[in-house]
Amino acid sequence: MIEMQDIWKTYADGTHALRGVSVRIDRNEFVYLVGPSGAGKSTFMKLIYREEVPTKGQISVNGFNVGRLKQRKIPYVRRNIGVVFQDFRLLPNLTAFENIAFAMEVIEAPRKLIKRRVSEVLDLVGLKNKANSLPAQLSGGEQQRISIARAIVNNPSVIVADEPTGNLDPETSWGIMNLLEEINFRGTTIIMATHNKEIVNTIRKRVIAIEGGQIVRDQVRGDYGYDI
Amino acid sequence: MTFRTILRHLREGAKNVIRNGWMSFASISSIVISLFILGVFLVLSLNINALAGQVESQVQIQVYLEPNTTKEQREQLHTEIGNMSEVSKVEVVTKEEGMKIFRENLGEDGKELLSGYTEDTNPLPDTLVVDVLEPTTIPTVAKKIEELKKTTTEKVIAKVKYGEGTVEKMFAVTDTIRNAGLIVVAGLAITSMFLISNTIKVTIIARRREIGIMKLVGATNHFIRVPFFIEGALIGFLGSAVTIGILFTGYYRLVKLTQVELGLMLIKLMPLQELWLSVGGVILGLGVLIGVWGSTVSIRKFLRV
Repeated sequence: MIEMQDIWKTYADGTHALRGVSVRIDRNEFVYLVGPSGAGKSTFMKLIYREEVPTKGQISVNGFNVGRLKQRKIPYVRRNIGVVFQDFRLLPNLTAFENIAFAMEVIEAPRKLIKRRVSEVLDLVGLKNKANSLPAQLSGGEQQRISIARAIVNNPSVIVADEPTGNLDPETSWGIMNLLEEINFRGTTIIMATHNKEIVNTIRKRVIAIEGGQIVRDQVRGDYGYDI
Repeated sequence: MTFRTILRHLREGAKNVIRNGWMSFASISSIVISLFILGVFLVLSLNINALAGQVESQVQIQVYLEPNTTKEQREQLHTEIGNMSEVSKVEVVTKEEGMKIFRENLGEDGKELLSGYTEDTNPLPDTLVVDVLEPTTIPTVAKKIEELKKTTTEKVIAKVKYGEGTVEKMFAVTDTIRNAGLIVVAGLAITSMFLISNTIKVTIIARRREIGIMKLVGATNHFIRVPFFIEGALIGFLGSAVTIGILFTGYYRLVKLTQVELGLMLIKLMPLQELWLSVGGVILGLGVLIGVWGSTVSIRKFLRV
């Protein structure tokens, strides 16, 4: 569960990215974050996985007050949050398998478990046959599947996805959405920032619209609401 | 940290050296170049030191005795000087031996010059030749011997000679050479540390993304740092090993060429087995230290946030 109370975020250059955001996202929800570029969607997500700290206000993720987290505790909170990016962010020198296994090595999981669990998620994202390929040998959609596999391999309670379909063609995007829905169905909260109108209007979920650093709309089964 | 994690770090560190092949190559090359220059100067200054030491150790004190000194008096003086803590050796050169050395030194020319002197007319005094343990104490020891004149009522010592003035100047020169060598080597060591750590910094900046991903999936700073630490040590080790290989092969051949084949006995180079341990130790130690230091300092910057 994620809870924000009157969150303000001002960057060092004076940009007010968020101005008084309060929101509550429950366990197992699927939330779209929509709004124009620069509205504050990315900052909203960065606060959740503690890439940024709020200038003012309180934010708690799974009961941790992530705004006031001690430096050395950050890694442990992140282990419970999977992050997916538009540009995949895979390690180019590691194979698909190794990229996923990496997230488990970091938490010092036993090798046997790593092997089993990585095969499991590779199966889930439908890329068991690409385990030994390097990212460069995979298509964009496949790379995103691997990055999703990496995000879920440690069974996080939350997945934060920043425009996961932004770089993908429509058909591939639907595949990724199916995958995210499946993950959500298995009990993981998903927060996804997107500009994809068709997806938001087709797979109806909760929609939070952010404009100028403020939440301007919060609908349970919302639509995209913008023309582009 | 579990044993499994330690193994993982070692494996990752070694793998990283290979994965980032060109960057490792750049780092290793810069280590080799810097350390090689350092090594050359180190070997040079060690040789100059040895040479200076050799020259210094040739300085002796000559104690000339009065012509009518008895054997007992001479032996008493011998023990007195020999008992001084700075003195390593006292040798008696009787006037007969002195004449013999004199004749030898003059060679053919001396045959005629010294032909007039027989055993009875030998003008040379008996001499005690004093060696000291530490060459720089020569002037003090000479003074001490000089003072023995006062304690004995009978006149035994005629003159104490050690090349006064010249010896002091020589020590000043050898000291300067030693200090200059030390400064050059220290300066080179510091320069190469910065040069190498800069190269390593560049290789790490190139991997900012990788570090960012590690943090994102919840790696602790410690967990991120250790493989880089091992990688740095490994690169430092490889760099020093290559340097040592080149330097020692080169030096060995140089010694062989000058000392054996050309027979340049004037410039006496230290044999490799006398300096490989110290030079190798310095290069290896410095290389690993620089590798570790360079990567540790560079990575610290990316571990914030």
